[in-house]
Amino acid sequence: MAIEPGSLSDPSNSKDRLTLPEEAKGVWSDIKENRKSGISGVVTLKSEELFAMARKSSLWPLTFGLACCAIEMISTYMPNHDFDRFGVVTWPSPRQSDVMIVAGTVVKKMAEPIKLLYEQMASPKWVIAMGSCATCGGPYTRSYSVVMGVDQIIPVDVYVPGCPPRPEALLGGVMELQDIIQNEPRKKRGL
Amino acid sequence: MSTDNFNQYTTEEFETATRAVLGDIKATVEPNFGELGIVCDRSDIVAICKIVKQDPGISMEYLRSISVVDWVEHMEVVYHLSSIKHMNRIVIKVVIPLEDLKIDSVITVWSGADWHEREGHDLFGVEFIGHPDMSPLILYEGFEGFPGRKSFEIPVQETFYGD
Ligand code: SF4
Repeated sequence: MAIEPGSLSDPSNSKDRLTLPEEAKGVWSDIKENRKSGISGVVTLKSEELFAMARKSSLWPLTFGLACCAIEMISTYMPNHDFDRFGVVTWPSPRQSDVMIVAGTVVKKMAEPIKLLYEQMASPKWVIAMGSCATCGGPYTRSYSVVMGVDQIIPVDVYVPGCPPRPEALLGGVMELQDIIQNEPRKKRGL
Repeated sequence: MSTDNFNQYTTEEFETATRAVLGDIKATVEPNFGELGIVCDRSDIVAICKIVKQDPGISMEYLRSISVVDWVEHMEVVYHLSSIKHMNRIVIKVVIPLEDLKIDSVITVWSGADWHEREGHDLFGVEFIGHPDMSPLILYEGFEGFPGRKSFEIPVQETFYGD
């Protein structure tokens, strides 16, 4: 099918875009439709969704670990599980980080520094609570020194249960977070 | 390692040697599970530590740990020492009464005693006289009570931000 130059910029002419089925609102189905109709190399999407794609594909977690769960987090970065294939690269400064993986027991003495680090991160930012300790206190319920879940001090987006969770579970958590990020613009519009 | 300064004592020899270097300090010395146990008064603790560290035949250069035990009626401070040179171990036990939880610091003998003593202060409230900085090591500033003690009641969990 031949495309006339300029036909895309003329809404009355761009038949393909107007005949998209109602349910195909997602970015990927958009791309598929465009491929089918031969307009390859052109993606039509909202800028918000483009930014969301960029964000979810380069999540930089703040490098820190608090207890035993950190060992599982470290092994997730190692070649066997290879966090890098999701664009997840550790970054040792909160200023350039996008996501905070709270891996381990949050003791009350550590609560203040964690809050400070979270506040130093630039928006948009997300938090993954890894392990039972970070989600709810885990084995340290009724302890005098442990915060009953990191959600008592900072907002949490994804909870990964387990003591410790396997690296696959953390990978699952990150994929869940990617879905959340991709859906954020649509959530904002109430879709 | 030259063999002449490596001196593997038998238990009896080690006991006799330790008893000899302690001289007229009042202390009971007896072997216990492969280690030599010394029970002494708290006024003698620094003197005994200095002797067992500096005597070349005993040479307890390594302080493994200082622990505090709550026996409800009294507290006990336990010093675990090792000699890397002679491959021997000594455990010194000192009983201190509940009303007066004070003992001299051994930081002048082993500087590694620093954190052990701070931990003992954090969890049991034992005061180590002569320690330069007794600020909380494990607990945060403003923590009420001594969680290592048997009488410690675990508080109901409070949250940081409202509900
Ligand atoms: S959840 Fe389990 S493995 Fe993870 S930090 Fe807590 S105790 Fe350690």
